Amino acid sequence: MAQAVQANKKWWSGGHSPFNVEYGKLMMWYFLMSDAFTFGAFLISYGTIRFSSNGWPDPNEVFRTFPGVQGEMPIPLAFVSLMTFILIMSSVTMVLAVGAGHAHNKKKVMLYMFFTILGGLAFLSCQAWEWTHLHGEGAWWGRNPFMNADGSQSSTNFTNFFFTITGFHGFHVFSGVVINIIMLIKTWRGDFERRGHYLMIEKAGLYWHFVDLVWVFVFTCFYLF
Amino acid sequence: MENVHGTTVAAAHGDEHSFDVKLIWKTFRILLYITVFELILAIGYYKFEHSFSNQLLVKHLLNGVFIILTLAKAFFIVAEFMHLRHEIKNLIMTIAVPALLFLWFIGAFLWDGSSYKNLRNRYDRNHVEQSHQKVEKKEPGHEAEKPGTVE
Repeated sequence: MAQAVQANKKWWSGGHSPFNVEYGKLMMWYFLMSDAFTFGAFLISYGTIRFSSNGWPDPNEVFRTFPGVQGEMPIPLAFVSLMTFILIMSSVTMVLAVGAGHAHNKKKVMLYMFFTILGGLAFLSCQAWEWTHLHGEGAWWGRNPFMNADGSQSSTNFTNFFFTITGFHGFHVFSGVVINIIMLIKTWRGDFERRGHYLMIEKAGLYWHFVDLVWVFVFTCFYLF
Repeated sequence: MENVHGTTVAAAHGDEHSFDVKLIWKTFRILLYITVFELILAIGYYKFEHSFSNQLLVKHLLNGVFIILTLAKAFFIVAEFMHLRHEIKNLIMTIAVPALLFLWFIGAFLWDGSSYKNLRNRYDRNHVEQSHQKVEKKEPGHEAEKPGTVE
C-alpha cells in the first residue's frame, strides 16, 4: 500500500480509517484470530495429554502408507508430505487469484480460483483416503490399534486427538472449498466487476491461507513430533 | 491518499501496484524448502535413532528445530500470503499482540501436563508398571476391529 508507507501519517487524528482496510476484511482477520485460538486450544490440549502420558505412538510407524503402494513405503510420511504440498500449492494459486483481482482480470481470477478449488478437493480426497485407511487398520475414535514407541500398550488418546483435530481442520478445508466455489460463481456472474473491486476474493483468500496455516501446525504436532 | 471517504475503494485500489507475483513464488519456494528440510530431519532421525548415544536429547533438540521451522513457515504464510506485513502497523499490532497469549497458553498447559505425569509416576506405582508393560507387536493392517480377533 503506497499510501501506508508514510510513517508520519497520523492515522488516529480523524478523517482516516485508522486500519486502512475495509470493514469485512478487518472482521475476517478477527474471526481468524478467534479461530486460531480454537485450534490452539485443541492442539494445546493434545500437547497437555501427550506430556502427561508415559508413552505415545511413533508417527513414523503409524503414517507410512501410500495409496497404490503395497505394504509400507521405504520412507515414512510420504503421503502427508504430498498433502502438505497440495495445500501450499493451492495457497499460491489463491494469492495469484487475489493478484488477478487487483488487476481486474476476471478470466484470470476464475482460472486461479478453479485451481484453488481443485487443490482443496485434492487435499480432502487425500484426507478421506488416509482416514479410510486408518479406519481399516482398526483406528477410530475410542479405538487405537497402534502401540507406543517403547512397545507398551497405547491409550485411545492418540486416535481421539488425531481424528478430532484433523477432522476439524478437514471441515475447515471443506467450508473453504464451498466458499471458494461461491466466489468462483460470483466472479463468473460478474458481481465483483460491477462492484468495482475484488475484495471478496481477498477475504476468501484470507480464510484459505488460514486453513493452510493451521495445517502447518497440525503437520508438526502430529507427524513430526 | 484520497481515502478520506470510502475506504473500500481506496483499499481496493491502493495496493494495486505493490502486488508482486515474484514475491509469491519466492515465498512458496521458501515454504517448500522448509517442509522438505523438516521431512529429511524426521526421516533421518527415524533411520538413525538407534545409533545415537543420547536418543532423548537428540529428539528434544530436533523438536526444538521443528518448532522454529514451523514458526518460520507460519510467519511467511501470514506475512506474505495473507499480506499482513504490508498492512499498516496498527492493524498488525491488533493481530500480533493477542497472539502472544499463546506463549503463556502453551507454556502453562504443557508444564501442567508434565507435572501431572511426574506426580502420578511418583505416587501411583501401578500406573508406572502398567504403562511400561510391553505388549506383543501386532501387525497393523491385519488388525481386526474387535480386540482379540486373529486373522
